Amino acid sequence: MAVTVKTFANASEAAGALSSDRSARYLGGGTLVMRALNEGDVSISTIVRARDQALTRIDASSPRITLGAGVTFARVLAERDLAFLHAPARSIGGPAVRNMGTVGGNLFAPNPYGDFTVALLALDATIAVQGGFGSRDIPIEEFLQGRERQAGTLVLSVSCTRPASSEAFRYRKIARIKPKGGSVITLAAHLPVSGGRIAGARIALGSMAPTQIRARAVERALEGRSLDAATIAAAASAATEGTSPSDNALGSAWYRREIVGVHLRRLLSGQE
Amino acid sequence: MTKIPLQFRHNGRDVAIFVDGGTNLLVALRELIGDMTPKFGCGQGGCGTCSVLIDGELHLSCLTLAETVAGRSVETLDGMKQGPNLHPLQRAFADNFAAQCGYCTPGMLMAAKALLDRNPAPSRADVIEAISGNICRCTGYEPIINAILAAAGGRASA
Repeated sequence: MAVTVKTFANASEAAGALSSDRSARYLGGGTLVMRALNEGDVSISTIVRARDQALTRIDASSPRITLGAGVTFARVLAERDLAFLHAPARSIGGPAVRNMGTVGGNLFAPNPYGDFTVALLALDATIAVQGGFGSRDIPIEEFLQGRERQAGTLVLSVSCTRPASSEAFRYRKIARIKPKGGSVITLAAHLPVSGGRIAGARIALGSMAPTQIRARAVERALEGRSLDAATIAAAASAATEGTSPSDNALGSAWYRREIVGVHLRRLLSGQE
Repeated sequence: MTKIPLQFRHNGRDVAIFVDGGTNLLVALRELIGDMTPKFGCGQGGCGTCSVLIDGELHLSCLTLAETVAGRSVETLDGMKQGPNLHPLQRAFADNFAAQCGYCTPGMLMAAKALLDRNPAPSRADVIEAISGNICRCTGYEPIINAILAAAGGRASA
């Protein structure tokens, strides 16, 4: 079935078209929307695009970095100043998917995808969106909780603060196929350390709930402690708390619950 | 529904076609231009057999909205051979038995070309990464990896 394609010069016009038409979807890299069209998704009758340069801008020079929603994973990988995001970017797809898939689109990618968003959730990113009402910034957690309702808004950019050191941010994706494949589970940890103790831990999990979630029980087990064996053991034993994984072809809910603590322990103790 | 006029370079030649809204590049190439070298596999971005180069960058044509390539250069396997001569990668695939049923071969060759265009002397790990988005159900990948390394070696010594 043919769809109507509307291409706009700037993001605000595109956001207007998106918010006024329930059957419109924004086309970023194509890995989600074109896939839906190929599968015969009749709920999409309009595709909205924007050529706005602002959507593909990277600002990685300051402590707080901003990525336009249309920045591809290949561009993240080409940016030396974004080294802390290279592991999540590299864990996505093959080269072609990384040349196409975007940071903004990943926020909408359902399980077993959306790995970059797991990293952004651990980094407490802010999502800049534009709807019919104007633009605003939303904390990523709030954005993900209301993801189903975000269809009428256009994501403009994501921003987050650069971790203090490479030790302070860790990422691990478990896949059946190496080096590429959908996620069995995905883990990201932001562990800022102050005076030898963890202050402001954020742990994010992918494929452990309908959307990416924070592991709050793990965060509580880490907070204010030094990252020693006892702390890591306590954190790992809390890994399944608040999770609601499901079965899919890559793994069962039971298997995910079994392995999440194991991989969390490896992530926190710095094992490969 | 009105048709959308679309012009782009296809293997170095200018083409002009009319597409329906929402048509993907793979359908445009196969059904409107008659270039049957990119294949339809999964339509989901999982198999890589529809891979083409857009302005030299590896893309999945089945997930590319056709009209987004307006004014750009699209390279497919059909443009790889040089006159009557096979491209060194094609020669290496034949010599190393890297094609069995052949369905993945167009995508494998485009992914390999994208790699060698940027990195003429790749390591084995580079090759594995470069074809990680391309599925082959026959060969077990070893002959394909060896073919790409052989083509790179041949090129380096030439």
